[in-house]
Amino acid sequence: MLRRYLVKRLLIAIPSLLIASLIVFTLPRLIPGDVVVLMLAEKAYAKDLEELRAKLGLDRPLPVQYVEWLGRVTRGDLGESLWTKRPVLEEIGQRLPVTFELAFFGLFFALLIALPVGIISAARQDTISDYFARSLAIFGLSVPAFWLATLLIVLPAIWWGWRPVTGFVEFSRDPFNHVTQLLLPAVILGIATGAALMRLTRGMLLEVLRQDYVRTAWAKGLAERVIVLKHGLRNAIIPVVTLLGTQLPQIIGGTVIIETVFGLPGMSRFLFDAINQRDYPVIQGVNLVVVSLIVVINLTVDTLYAVLDPRIRY
Amino acid sequence: MGVDTVRVVGSFTRRKPLGAIGAVIVVALLLMAVFAERIAPHGYDDTIRGARMKPPSAAHWLGTDNLSRDMWSRIVYGARVSVTVGFATVALAVTLATAIGVSSGYFGGVYDLVIQRVVDAWLSFPYLVIVLSVMAVLGPGLLNVVLSLAIIIAAVNSRVIRGATIAIAQGTYVEAARALGCGHARILVRHILPNVTATIIILATIGLGAAILAESGLSFLGFGVPPPYPAWGAMLSGSGRTYMFRAPWMAIWPGLAISLAVFGFNMLGDALRDVLDPRLRGGSAR
Repeated sequence: MLRRYLVKRLLIAIPSLLIASLIVFTLPRLIPGDVVVLMLAEKAYAKDLEELRAKLGLDRPLPVQYVEWLGRVTRGDLGESLWTKRPVLEEIGQRLPVTFELAFFGLFFALLIALPVGIISAARQDTISDYFARSLAIFGLSVPAFWLATLLIVLPAIWWGWRPVTGFVEFSRDPFNHVTQLLLPAVILGIATGAALMRLTRGMLLEVLRQDYVRTAWAKGLAERVIVLKHGLRNAIIPVVTLLGTQLPQIIGGTVIIETVFGLPGMSRFLFDAINQRDYPVIQGVNLVVVSLIVVINLTVDTLYAVLDPRIRY
Repeated sequence: MGVDTVRVVGSFTRRKPLGAIGAVIVVALLLMAVFAERIAPHGYDDTIRGARMKPPSAAHWLGTDNLSRDMWSRIVYGARVSVTVGFATVALAVTLATAIGVSSGYFGGVYDLVIQRVVDAWLSFPYLVIVLSVMAVLGPGLLNVVLSLAIIIAAVNSRVIRGATIAIAQGTYVEAARALGCGHARILVRHILPNVTATIIILATIGLGAAILAESGLSFLGFGVPPPYPAWGAMLSGSGRTYMFRAPWMAIWPGLAISLAVFGFNMLGDALRDVLDPRLRGGSAR
């Protein structure tokens, strides 16, 4: 049964990935002609217009271009950067670990905040602690990450004369400083996701706590802790796990701003620079890698979900 | 305003105090945007002689920036960008989402399957990544910000509206309407749409906050309204960050304005959802 579900899920993921690749592929094709001229004048990416069109692959019929591009992609060839002339895949390979690490820590902090606050908020619905937790969560969803980052850099500097270390320390050089430099960015990155997860945890738990079997548990005289954590949370947590998967694109999107503010050499900053330099092979490459990763991770989350919840039969 | 309206507002305030706070913030934001000329003591680009990077004072409530401009006036005018982008984006997004979600949920079948795969693909892009990529092609500017944000928000919302439509389409009254010989158009307009309106209102209110936040992020990265017009996100980048240690108020107020605006819409949206969604009403089963 599970295998059939997995095959079905995989069959759904493939067209999504193909459509995503089509979107990634089409983007540069939407560039108006004068932008190619501009790219030539501004960045001197090629000797003449024809060469640049050929480099961008804009000189042949669209379907042919797509199939050829897809063929190259499946062989691991994402083209080379117009700016640095290095293979895009190689450039991404260097920067992906930084972004990944940041996203992982961000998600970790998000869960660390979301679960306890969500549980307390649901178990004490419409009390002061619930109002406080919910206001805090909504505020967490409302505060722009770049502002929070700015405040956390500026205020300690003004109050205590403490400034965060700038410049990136690699893990192989100094593991301790490598991790500590990522803590602040990761916490800021995790706040919005944590707030979203907290709200879902609260909502789902509230729904479960209204079920008949919970009423029975109360009637049996079980302790509140057992009812909320054992009967409630275990049944409410599954959608939260699913949301983790869907939050991933947002976390990775958030790294664009965090990496820019903190000067981390990750993939998102690479994309941002590429956008500013109109380096289309890089834009295409990074987009494709990000989307593929997200589709694969979502597939994994779905699989876990099916394995973890014995009630689900496909 | 009739007696009924007063009663509804009063009961909403009692039941959802946080939502009422949100509503007050939203109304204040709208007033700032509409009456910016009257509220702001200076123009958004007026330089004031001898007032470079002055801290907050009675003359300049929120201080002045590196080009000797009054921060409070710039914040007030900045509300226009946020409100315009917010409402335009959400109007476009909700229209798109309703068209996609309702038709996809109601007709189902192959049409639904194909549409949902396209939505899946859109949703697997981190919004900032896709928006920035679209902006790279379209170029910066207010209209392009609205277009690119609307597409993303529409994709997310269409999912929710589709779900609501599927639930409603299974209702006996829809079956009865069909048995009476009603066409698809009549069923969609008279039976389905009125029933998804609550969902749409909630999505729109929450979407407003999300759109304002996303716009500020784009402005911060330099893809928003071109200067000198003050967009809150843009005020925080560039000079706001360059002078953040010497004149921290230049970085503090715009961020606070964004946070408050988004907070207001989120609070209001949350309260509206609690009121309009019967599943979340009332206390626990205890």
